[in-house]
Amino acid sequence: MKPKQFDYLRAETIDEAVAELAETGEDAKILAGGQSLMAMLNFRLAEPEVLVDIAGIAALSYIKDDGAMVEIGAATTQGELQAWDGLAGNLTLLHKAFPNIGHFQTRNRGTVCGSIAHADPSTELPLCLATLAGEVVLRSSRGVRKLSAAEFQQGMLTTARRPDEMVAAARYPKAVAGAGYAFREVARRRGDFAIVALAASASGDTIRLGIGGVADKPTVREWTSLADSDLDDALNAFAWDLGGYDDIHATSKYRRKLVRKLGRRVIEEAKSCQS
Amino acid sequence: MPKLKRGIKHPVTVTVNGKKITKFAEPRMLLADFLRQELGMTDVHVGCEHGVCGACTVRINGKAVRSCLSLAVQSDGHTIDTLDGMADREEELSDLQEAFRKHHALQCGYCTPGVLMSLSDYLERVPDPSEEELRDMLSGHLCRCTGYVGMVRAALDVAAQRKAAKA
Repeated sequence: MKPKQFDYLRAETIDEAVAELAETGEDAKILAGGQSLMAMLNFRLAEPEVLVDIAGIAALSYIKDDGAMVEIGAATTQGELQAWDGLAGNLTLLHKAFPNIGHFQTRNRGTVCGSIAHADPSTELPLCLATLAGEVVLRSSRGVRKLSAAEFQQGMLTTARRPDEMVAAARYPKAVAGAGYAFREVARRRGDFAIVALAASASGDTIRLGIGGVADKPTVREWTSLADSDLDDALNAFAWDLGGYDDIHATSKYRRKLVRKLGRRVIEEAKSCQS
Repeated sequence: MPKLKRGIKHPVTVTVNGKKITKFAEPRMLLADFLRQELGMTDVHVGCEHGVCGACTVRINGKAVRSCLSLAVQSDGHTIDTLDGMADREEELSDLQEAFRKHHALQCGYCTPGVLMSLSDYLERVPDPSEEELRDMLSGHLCRCTGYVGMVRAALDVAAQRKAAKA
């Protein structure tokens, strides 16, 4: 339970960090809060040659409201976002999801972008990003690239990030006036990885439902003008499309059942929050 | 900053419990091991070593975090507080420690240093928590002896004491 040897670079600027990535490529890993990566290192599931610590880069520590979206820098911790004054009003879905995201002690250190870069299919921050159709900002020495959440996360711990790129920011669309949002998850213990996590938004007669923990990445379905009598069939079709996997925590059958049952509840809750 | 090479011990300066100390660590050394092995701070307990159990929780720059998910070299220049620095004087107990004793909030005591460090940070930020909020915060610690009942009572007691002292 100790990491393998590596070199360590405490980057002071974004340029310094991406220069190291350009030189070392796949053998380098970005370290921000380390709440996923350090566990991977301790288990030796990750064995990088170089760790590039970006936690101290002041230019990456921000929460910026640019009108349509809230941009969160790569050094901003989950705890800082949770304590942000504008959270409930501007990022209502995240506000509802936050109590499920890890623990007080891990949110103190773990970053928003780190969770997105790690791309665990059952975690909440990537699920909310996908459900809200947010964006990921990637930086390299070649320039800046912006990808949609759907383009970015490609599968289990797999993203479209190129070896010389780092996740520089996450962009969450702001809550739409009058829209309703809801979040639920099922986990063995509070703060554990979700067996199934569900995020929903209801805006006008459009419903979006995002599911984490069933497919190999957060998956979103959108329905417009769906009659209540058709909802169960729609959820059933969605559950089968997601597939799901058996593991020590739950069978794929149980996961699909949660999508059907809790999918309805989370959609009803989102609708009831509409004004 | 220059890259710190593997296999070589690099100087790491931390302010631990108010005292500035420089010791040496390889890049791969976990903060928990650095505190225990290099600084002799065996009040930092190591449990699961992958961030689940919470036994190794210390305060880095005031915030309660897992020291097994941090590197010693990452902490260079930072302030670290551990249980040893909690009471003002040796042989004395802080209000939290006293309340833990009174309410029997521990049995074997292995998880206790981490729990106390979490509570010391949490109660500064949430001075008047509900039982529900406390239980949510304590879900970041594994205790197999107590069922958490005593911990919750102790924390609520301290919150009330501090409130009364302020009034």
